[in-house]
Amino acid sequence: MARSRSITKKIGKLEFAVLSPNEIRKMSATKVITADTYDDDGFPITMGLMDQKLSVIEPGLRCKTCGLKVGKDKCPGHFGHIDLAMPVVHVGFVKTIRNSLRATCRKCGRILLTDQRLDGYKKAIEKNKLEGRDNSFIFKTIISECVKGDVCPRCDNETGKIDLDKPTSFRENGKKLTPTEIRDWLEKIPDEDLLLLDINKKSARPEWMILTVLPVPPVTVRPSVTLESGERSEDDLTHKLVDVIRINQRLQENRDAGAPQLIVEDLWELLQYHVTTYLDNQTSGIPPARHRSGRPLKTLAQRLKGKEGRFRSNLSGKRVNFSARTVISPDPNLSINEIGVPIEIARELTVPVRVTTHNLEWCKKIIELSAESDTAEYVPHVNYVKRYRSGIEQRIKVAEKNAKDVAEKLEVGYIIERQLMDGDITLFNRQPSLHRMSMMAHRVKVVPYRSFRFNLSVCPPYNADFDGDEMNLHLIQGVEAKAEAEILMKVQENILSPRFGGVIIGGLHDHISGCFLLTYRDRKFLKEDAARFLGAFNYKGKFPKTHVEKETHFVYGRDIFSVLLPRDLNMEYKAKSCFNCEVCKAPDCPHTAYVIIKNGVLKQGVVDENSIGSFKGKIVERIIRDHGTDAGREFIDDVTRLGIATITKFGFTTSIDDEDIPKEAKRQIKEGLDRAQSKIKNLVAAYGNNELEPLPGRSLEETLEMEIMRVTGRARDMAGEIASRYLGMDNSAVIMAKSGARGSMLNLSQMSGCVGQQAVRGERISRGYKHRTLPHFKKGDLGSSAKGFVASCYKSGLNPTEYFFHSMGGREGLVDTAVRTSRSGYMQRRLVNALEDLKVENDGTVRHTGGDIIQFIYGEDGVDPSRSINGKAVDVDRIIYEIKEEA
Amino acid sequence: MATSATKNKKQKNIKKPVKPKKGISIKNQKKKEMLKSTVDKTVKAKKLKEKMVPPPPKKQKKKEKPAKIKKTNDIRTKKKKETLKSTKGKAEKLELKMVPPPPKEEDEPKECKKIRSEINEILKDRFLPRHVVDNIVEWVARDKKLESKLKIIIDRVLADYSKNLIDPTEACGMVGAQSIGEPGTQMTMRTFHYAGVAEINVTLGLPRLIEIVDARSIPSTPMMNIYLRDEYKVNPDLAKEIANKIEITTLTDVADIEMDLISLITHIKPNKKTMNKKGLTLEEILGRLKTVRKTDAHIEKNAIKITLDDPGYKNLQSVNETLKKLKIKGIDGIKRVIIRKEPDEGYVIYSEGSNLKEVLEIEGVDPYKTSTNDIHAVARELGIEAARNMIIQEAHNTLSEQGLNVDLRHIMIVADVMTADGTVKAIGRHGVSGEKSSVLSRAAFEITVNHLLLASQRGESDKLNGVAENIIVGQPVNLGTGAVELAMGHSKSKKKKGK
Repeated sequence: MARSRSITKKIGKLEFAVLSPNEIRKMSATKVITADTYDDDGFPITMGLMDQKLSVIEPGLRCKTCGLKVGKDKCPGHFGHIDLAMPVVHVGFVKTIRNSLRATCRKCGRILLTDQRLDGYKKAIEKNKLEGRDNSFIFKTIISECVKGDVCPRCDNETGKIDLDKPTSFRENGKKLTPTEIRDWLEKIPDEDLLLLDINKKSARPEWMILTVLPVPPVTVRPSVTLESGERSEDDLTHKLVDVIRINQRLQENRDAGAPQLIVEDLWELLQYHVTTYLDNQTSGIPPARHRSGRPLKTLAQRLKGKEGRFRSNLSGKRVNFSARTVISPDPNLSINEIGVPIEIARELTVPVRVTTHNLEWCKKIIELSAESDTAEYVPHVNYVKRYRSGIEQRIKVAEKNAKDVAEKLEVGYIIERQLMDGDITLFNRQPSLHRMSMMAHRVKVVPYRSFRFNLSVCPPYNADFDGDEMNLHLIQGVEAKAEAEILMKVQENILSPRFGGVIIGGLHDHISGCFLLTYRDRKFLKEDAARFLGAFNYKGKFPKTHVEKETHFVYGRDIFSVLLPRDLNMEYKAKSCFNCEVCKAPDCPHTAYVIIKNGVLKQGVVDENSIGSFKGKIVERIIRDHGTDAGREFIDDVTRLGIATITKFGFTTSIDDEDIPKEAKRQIKEGLDRAQSKIKNLVAAYGNNELEPLPGRSLEETLEMEIMRVTGRARDMAGEIASRYLGMDNSAVIMAKSGARGSMLNLSQMSGCVGQQAVRGERISRGYKHRTLPHFKKGDLGSSAKGFVASCYKSGLNPTEYFFHSMGGREGLVDTAVRTSRSGYMQRRLVNALEDLKVENDGTVRHTGGDIIQFIYGEDGVDPSRSINGKAVDVDRIIYEIKEEA
Repeated sequence: MATSATKNKKQKNIKKPVKPKKGISIKNQKKKEMLKSTVDKTVKAKKLKEKMVPPPPKKQKKKEKPAKIKKTNDIRTKKKKETLKSTKGKAEKLELKMVPPPPKEEDEPKECKKIRSEINEILKDRFLPRHVVDNIVEWVARDKKLESKLKIIIDRVLADYSKNLIDPTEACGMVGAQSIGEPGTQMTMRTFHYAGVAEINVTLGLPRLIEIVDARSIPSTPMMNIYLRDEYKVNPDLAKEIANKIEITTLTDVADIEMDLISLITHIKPNKKTMNKKGLTLEEILGRLKTVRKTDAHIEKNAIKITLDDPGYKNLQSVNETLKKLKIKGIDGIKRVIIRKEPDEGYVIYSEGSNLKEVLEIEGVDPYKTSTNDIHAVARELGIEAARNMIIQEAHNTLSEQGLNVDLRHIMIVADVMTADGTVKAIGRHGVSGEKSSVLSRAAFEITVNHLLLASQRGESDKLNGVAENIIVGQPVNLGTGAVELAMGHSKSKKKKGK
């Protein structure tokens, strides 16, 4: 908004090429010859590494090359150069150099192939290029073919064997090749042969891969830091360049003074080492250059590489302004597309607003208000006022003193940076951002205290909880971005997940319990209570039907719930609390688990996870499909409030006595467990007597283990079954498990029945001591308790050995999650990198950005997964159902 | 003089061996290319057909039953024959074996056919996916009253269908990658799990998914589901016979080997019981033993005597070693088999280890249903389309086995990216990502420095079409709303806000 929008330039393409020595000299601002940086006065030495011609870092100083300052004018920085006394090899190109030496003739520089073969290869390469295929295989064959011959087919010169001593020295027939020799050799290779060496003659010459001039990056690339003590601390690159220059100087002096060959060669090697580590300090085969403290230096390659390198950390991901981060906490009173932003954050973040004739007065008013620091109610202030004078931006900070002044001078066309206010659109995000619902647009609501707050129903898409999670907020600055966020990113637009086409936002926990209690088994409520429930979500419509019984007015719970449903809703489905009876009596289910909604009235059945829950809520899904996302949002907002109102009326708690079971049940469980124990004993005995019949393809031991696992599994199920028989629907824990609000019957049976077999790597616990798991057992004991069967329940408590086994199983789970997150994270990174460029074109094909067709029609039917019905393109069943109804 | 002459000789000597080799290598290369390009063409031609023929094309019934790989492939080979007569592949060999194909859609009842043609008439040149049409046919066939309302039904279905279509410029790849990656965090790590048959361990969960995406050449737990045909699947004895043909049997499995160190003779003492179980006769074993080099074998009573051609203690030892590992019967790679009777399928053989090529050649095996979890074997034997279908199926099965619900379309796009150029490519630095055209995108993924250096040497240029490149240079990305170029004029009245 602030930027002038006349013409935006677009980068057409980027070309990559190798710098030639000439080019390095040409772009160099100065030759660097002094290894020092600053003189005693702290002034940069001319022709030193910090020469002011290489741009400056201190604000206020002017660059001597372009005369611009570093801050606002943006001096881009200028390269310098070092003339190397003797040439050295560039580590990155060692492989190419080796191939070039192997494939060419020392004498004539031509490739070691006859003209005929050469043309054949050239044609093959050109053809492959045209078809966009990979040529690397051809290059490999060329090299291996060239190496085979002993003699150059053109000049009959005998070829030698080229060896590469890693990392940078070459030998021909065992004799060392100096970089000078290599350079001379490579110079002879004619341009037309370069194609066969995988070198583009337009962008590179092989001899350029032997460095004679080293470019010195601008000071801005390697700024020095002034420490608190006033000392200067130089960048790693500067340190390395100092080494290079120092050795270079010594080499030059020695060579010019006619020092013995041996000394010159040693220095040459040393120069090679320094240049190599300057380029890549992790080259294998040489020790990395270290800082005085012993820390390896971070040189050029290390700057680019890896997760913390330039590419992944600064180019693919960037830091942004207008963002905030703090702890999150729940707030059931907010709508799902709202977010509570603390006042302190709201005062810091701003939105640009252009002053027009329409809002001039309002703008003036809020600027004036900025002077008052404490108002009872939050009012947005203005932090800055921006204006453009002859193309130059002026930014005025609004403070208490000048607020009035600024307000008076405000004119149309200015831009004010206004603080956050209710209704602003923001992006809200939680890491790891695994899918697009990890970043959604919310409307701001400024609230007191210091945490971000949002509706509980939005937890699942972010995968957030409130045990200390932090989340990020980004303010939208432009109008296009704002429009896009409104239309595409708002929470309500993301209720339907593209992963499986179902809802991922819906009621959870207490919302489900509440609605369950409201609708379970023809529950009736006093008229007053019903009114309270309806008031919870500001219901304005007609009051649901009342029934009179003994002079008191009652309302059925399901009629209260029906108030939320749109008139044209007709559905029939099984609830979560369905018992999966063997014979389903569908329409008249004895457990009220069959839900029928006719014309927006809940006729029968109970509302639970399958109706309104996240990931499953069928009603939510249907409302969104039929009535749009706005209606869906409203429904979720209202249903959660209704649920909470209901559960508040009832009072809902779970405690240790929810797991109490009568003595009779305990006796039965014990009996069952004893039976299982004896069964296992029999199995072990049969195994000992070699009477066990092995399963096909299994050893006797494996068979025994599998049989025992089966018995223990069944024993736990039995215990759970008995326990749940005695835990009725008046039990809160059971209500939660049955309605899908939280927990499962398995959790309950483990608490009150029996914990069951503990397993590590899918097997009974078997390791620990010699031939036994713990010293409490006899050696070779194969019985149930010696191998990790926990017969106790959580409520009665585990005995020491059981406790130990249980923690073994628990530890495995922890390790598992730790390993899993890293592995799946990497898999996702690879998947995203491979698929990020795909898009559906206007003609319906799916193409790579390169233009390759991946699919002729998306997903074989062109249907958007988030609009599909359970993966189906069209809900034929429903259409036919409706047509039948109409008839 | 003399030296130059030798030189010349040398040259000739060199030239001779080199020349033919060159020829061969180039020919081979060309062949490879030809093969590749034909595969490409067929894939594309096939897909083109799919797209261009608006009324439901003949295939597309991919995702109903497991183990249907073969079927689609069969159709593919047929099409191949129609379009490109020149390509004669392995698939044709299979057809020559005259295994009757499973019943096709044409065999459906007459009334269904009638409804189908009626629907096609109503549709004219408007397009509906095949499975939607199938669904309608199913309903209408069940309820005769609906026949009169066919037109209304079709109209509504068409309206719904066009409403559900994906938007142009949608970043479907990104959504797909996220949809598969995100549930990965919820999957278990446990490598081994029991799948269907309790007796066979199969890698499942996240490790298996990673394996599929990596396109590993050999899965960590190869396995096959071998379905049988006709009488073989009803008769337990015949099924057992096939199982014996498939399962590898070594000499040590059926016999004891005894070395006589004094006379330097090895005695093979077969175990009658196990031999019967495996359906082996002494003669068969003898036949196999005769193939062992530098030895001679004779039957002596109920045992086999092996004498050495060149008696010696060392030879005896080495022969003994080869005998231990000697394969008597079965297919390489298949370690264990289990026969199970399935409710609808009759006898099915499950095997640990996989060798698709040889199993398919066995008489009695149903090549249309038999499946393996070795992606590359499927690509080799049945073609790239079959491999694509297999990737979809395997990925879908591993995900749904964990109770995770992922739309098939997301998995399809991954499979299509992996197989788009006719070979199975891995997702990652050695496959799809490494072959991207953009230098910056490759550099931003992995092995940054090498990519940059190579690019400069090759003089590559980055056209900045993709996502990563544009983010790096700080431009809007060419996807979604970024792909639309729209300017608003200053003049003229109100703008409309709409979704």
